[in-house]
Amino acid sequence: MALLDVRDLSVVFKRKGTRPFTAVDGVSFSVEPGQTVGLVGESGSGKSVTSLAIMGLLPKRGAEIGGSVTFSDTELLTLSDKQLRDRRGRDLGMVFQDPLSSLNPVITIGLQITEVLERHRGMTRKEARVEAAELLDRVGLPDPQRRIDEYPHQLSGGMRQRVLIAIALACRPKLLIADEPTTALDVTIQAQILSLLSELVSETDTALIMITHDLGVVAGLCDDVNVMYGGRIVERAQRHDLFERSRHPYTHGLLQSIPRLNAPRGEPLTPIRGSVSDNIEWEQGCAFAPRCPNATDVCWSEPPELKADDGRMLRCHNPVAIGDAVTEGAL
Amino acid sequence: MTDETATTTDVTGTGSAATDMDVAGADVTGTDVAGAAGTGGGRSADGDGAAGADDVLVTVEGLEVHFPIKRGIVLERTVGYVYAVDGIDLTIRRGETYGLVGESGCGKTTMGRGLLRLVEPTGGRVVFDDTDVSTLKGETLRKSRRRMQMIFQDPLSSLDPRQSVESILVEGMRAHGLDSGKESTRARLVELLDSVGLPESALHKYPHEFSGGQRQRIGIARALAVEPDLIVADEPVSALDVSVQAQVLNLLEELQQRLGLTYLVIAHDLAVVRHISDRIGVMYLGSLVEEASSDEMYAEPMHPYTKALLSAVPVPDPTVEDEREQILLTGDLPSPANPPTGCRFHTRCPWKQDTLCDTDRPELREVGDGHRVACHYAEDIAAGRITRHEVEPELVHPDT
Ligand SMILES: Nc1ncnc2c1ncn2[C@@H]1O[C@H](COP(=O)(O)OP(=O)(O)OP(=O)(O)O)[C@@H](O)[C@H]1O
Ligand SMILES: Nc1ncnc2c1ncn2[C@@H]1O[C@H](COP(=O)(O)OP(=O)(O)OP(=O)(O)O)[C@@H](O)[C@H]1O
Ligand code: SF4
Ligand code: SF4
Ligand SMILES: [Mg+2]
Ligand SMILES: [Mg+2]
Repeated sequence: MALLDVRDLSVVFKRKGTRPFTAVDGVSFSVEPGQTVGLVGESGSGKSVTSLAIMGLLPKRGAEIGGSVTFSDTELLTLSDKQLRDRRGRDLGMVFQDPLSSLNPVITIGLQITEVLERHRGMTRKEARVEAAELLDRVGLPDPQRRIDEYPHQLSGGMRQRVLIAIALACRPKLLIADEPTTALDVTIQAQILSLLSELVSETDTALIMITHDLGVVAGLCDDVNVMYGGRIVERAQRHDLFERSRHPYTHGLLQSIPRLNAPRGEPLTPIRGSVSDNIEWEQGCAFAPRCPNATDVCWSEPPELKADDGRMLRCHNPVAIGDAVTEGAL
Repeated sequence: MTDETATTTDVTGTGSAATDMDVAGADVTGTDVAGAAGTGGGRSADGDGAAGADDVLVTVEGLEVHFPIKRGIVLERTVGYVYAVDGIDLTIRRGETYGLVGESGCGKTTMGRGLLRLVEPTGGRVVFDDTDVSTLKGETLRKSRRRMQMIFQDPLSSLDPRQSVESILVEGMRAHGLDSGKESTRARLVELLDSVGLPESALHKYPHEFSGGQRQRIGIARALAVEPDLIVADEPVSALDVSVQAQVLNLLEELQQRLGLTYLVIAHDLAVVRHISDRIGVMYLGSLVEEASSDEMYAEPMHPYTKALLSAVPVPDPTVEDEREQILLTGDLPSPANPPTGCRFHTRCPWKQDTLCDTDRPELREVGDGHRVACHYAEDIAAGRITRHEVEPELVHPDT
C-alpha cells in the first residue's frame, strides 16, 4: 500500500468575470515510504498547485479540487480544516522555495521549532529546546546553541533553508514535500541542501516529493520522475529510463535543448520551438502540439491519454521512436 | 539605460581612478611568479592561434568598484565599503565570448557595469580598442558607448512598458545619429527584427504583449540597433523558461558569427557559460580566481573554488550523478563588505594550508597556456601533493 496515493487530481481556479482555469488536470501518482518522487516541469505547469492541493493549502474559495488524495488510508480532500492541520503537523512536512517568506520574521528560529515540538509531539518547553538545538545541528546549522535565539533575517539564505527543513522535520513527517527548495540558492549551497535532504530521506525512511524545474536536480535524487506539461503528467518513468531514453517529445526536446556541463563545446543546442503561450487546450488535443516535431493531425483533434508503455507512463500519440530516444550526453 | 548614461557622464571620477590604479599596479608586480601575466600583451605573446596583440578588444586592468556603506541620517558618514569588484585584470579578444561565472553577490554584474562605466569604477582602467575609456568624458564617452551595449537578465523590467518596440529600437539609433531617414530607418528596423527572429508586425506592439523569450529578443535587437562591437550580456537566459533558453543561446551565437560581435556573458549557470564561452573567468568575492578556455576549465579546474563549483552543478544524467564525487563546501559566502584576509576563499577552502592562505592574497598567475589561477598551492593540489580536508563552517551574517 502506497503511503500517498494521488488519483485524478484536478484543480480549477474560478474567479468572477474570468474563464475557469484548469491548473492541474487528472494528475495521478503514488509515493511509497522512503521513496523520492520528482515532479518536474517548467514555470506554470502546475507543480506547486499540485503540492498545495495535497497539503490542503489552496484557498477554499476560488479553487475547485477534484479527484482524491489518500495518505496512509485517509482521504485528505474531505478532512475538516482542524483534522487536516493536525495531520499536516504530524505526518506531512513542506519546504518552500523562499525560506524568508515562510518563516515568521519576528519570532526566533528556536521558538518556531519548539512550537511545533510542543504542539505535535507533546514536549515540554525545556525538552523542546534541547530537541530544537539537536534538529538544527542535524541540518548542519553551525553553532546551533547560539543560533537558536536568532531571528530569520540574521541568517543567510542557505541557513534559512536549513531552518525550514528543521521545522519540517520537527514533527517527524512520513512525507516531505519540497517545492523548489534550492532554486533561490547558489549552486554550492544547493549541493549542501540536496545532500542533506537525501541523507535525511535515507536515514529516516521519509518519503520525499521533490518539485523542481531543474532536470539535473531530479537526475541525482529521485527514484521516479513525473514530467508535467500544461497541468498534466506527460511522462513518468524511473530516472535512468527517463533520462537515458526519454520517449515523450517534450521530455526529449527538453533534454536535447539544455546546455550540459559535460557536453563538448561547439555543438549548437536543439531548441524546442515556440513557448508555452502557443499551447492549445487539452480538451481540444495535445497541448504541446503547436511545438511538437512529432505532431500529426490526430494530435490537434484528440487529447492523448496517459498510458503504460515501454515500462513507463506516456501521454502521447506519437512517442519518440525507441532508437531515437537515447538522449545525447548520456554517457 | 539612457537615464543612466546621462547621470554617469556627470560623475566621471577619473582623478581617484588614477590614484587607485597605482595601488592596483603595485599589487600586480608585488609577487614573484605572477610577472606581467595579468595583461593582454603578456598573454598574446604566447601566440595563442588567432589571438595576436591587436586582436584584443578590451583590456581591463586592476578594475575596482567599491561601494561606500553610509550610516547616519543627518550627517552621513562612510563606515565601510562593499568591495564588489576588487582588482580584476582580464582581456577580451575581438570576436570571442568571455564568460564570467560566480555565485550571487560575487560582483559579476558590477564588473560588467564597471567595464561599461554604467557605474563609476573606483580604481583601475578599461581600454577599449586602444582607447582608455576610464578617462573619457562627455561627448566622447557618449560616443564610445555606442560600441558597447548591454543585455539584461529580466527583459521586462529593462524595457519601458509604455514604449512600442519601434520606439524602443529607434531611441538608441537616434541618440547616436543612426536614424538617417524614414525609409532607411524603417528598413533597418525590419532587418533588426528579422535578425532576432521576430516578425515586422512586432514593431507596433508593447513589451507585455510578448513572451519572455520574445522580450529577450527585443532586448537583443535594441542592443544591436546601434551596431556595437561588444555586448555585455548579464544573465541573458536565467529568467527564461528552460525550453526557451536554447533558442536565445543559439540566437546569440548565430549573431556573433554573422556580425563578428564580441561578448562578455555573465551568468551563474555554469552549463550555460560553458556552452557559450570560448574562455571563462571564475569570480569569487570581487576578483577572478581562475581563467581558462572553456574546455580546459571543465576538464582541468585548478582552483579549489572552481573544483567545488563544478562538482556542485547537477547534470541531467543519472549515471554521471551517481558516480560524481562532490566537493561539498561548508558555510556561506563571506560578506564582500568584510572579505577574509589573505586568500578570500580560505574560510571555506578544503585545501587550505597553514602558511600563506590566511595571510597573503594570491595573485592571478599563469600556470599553463592561457590558464591563470589565484591559488598559492595550485600546482601542489594538481599533483596531489596536498589533499582535501574537513572544514569547520564559519558563520556569516547576511547584514553587515
Ligand atoms: N491561486 C491561484 N489562482 C489562479 N491561478 C493560479 C493560482 N495559483 C496558481 N495559478 C495558476 O496555475 C498555473 C500553475 O501554477 P503553479 O504555481 O502550479 O506552477 P508551477 O509549475 O509551480 O510553476 P513555477 O515553476 O513557476 O513555480 C499557473 O498558470 C498559475 O498562474
Ligand atoms: N549600487 C550598489 N550599492 C551598494 N552595493 C552594491 C551596489 N550594487 C551591488 N552592490 C553589492 O556589490 C556586491 C556585488 O553585487 P553584484 O550585483 O555585482 O553581484 P552579482 O555577482 O551580479 O550577483 P547576482 O548573481 O546575484 O546577480 C553585492 O554584495 C551587492 O550587494
Ligand atoms: S500527442 Fe502528438 S503533439 Fe502531443 S506530444 Fe505526442 S506527438 Fe507531440
Ligand atoms: S590559496 Fe590556500 S585557501 Fe586559497 S584556494 Fe589556494 S589553497 Fe585554498
Ligand atoms: Mg511553483
Ligand atoms: Mg548579477
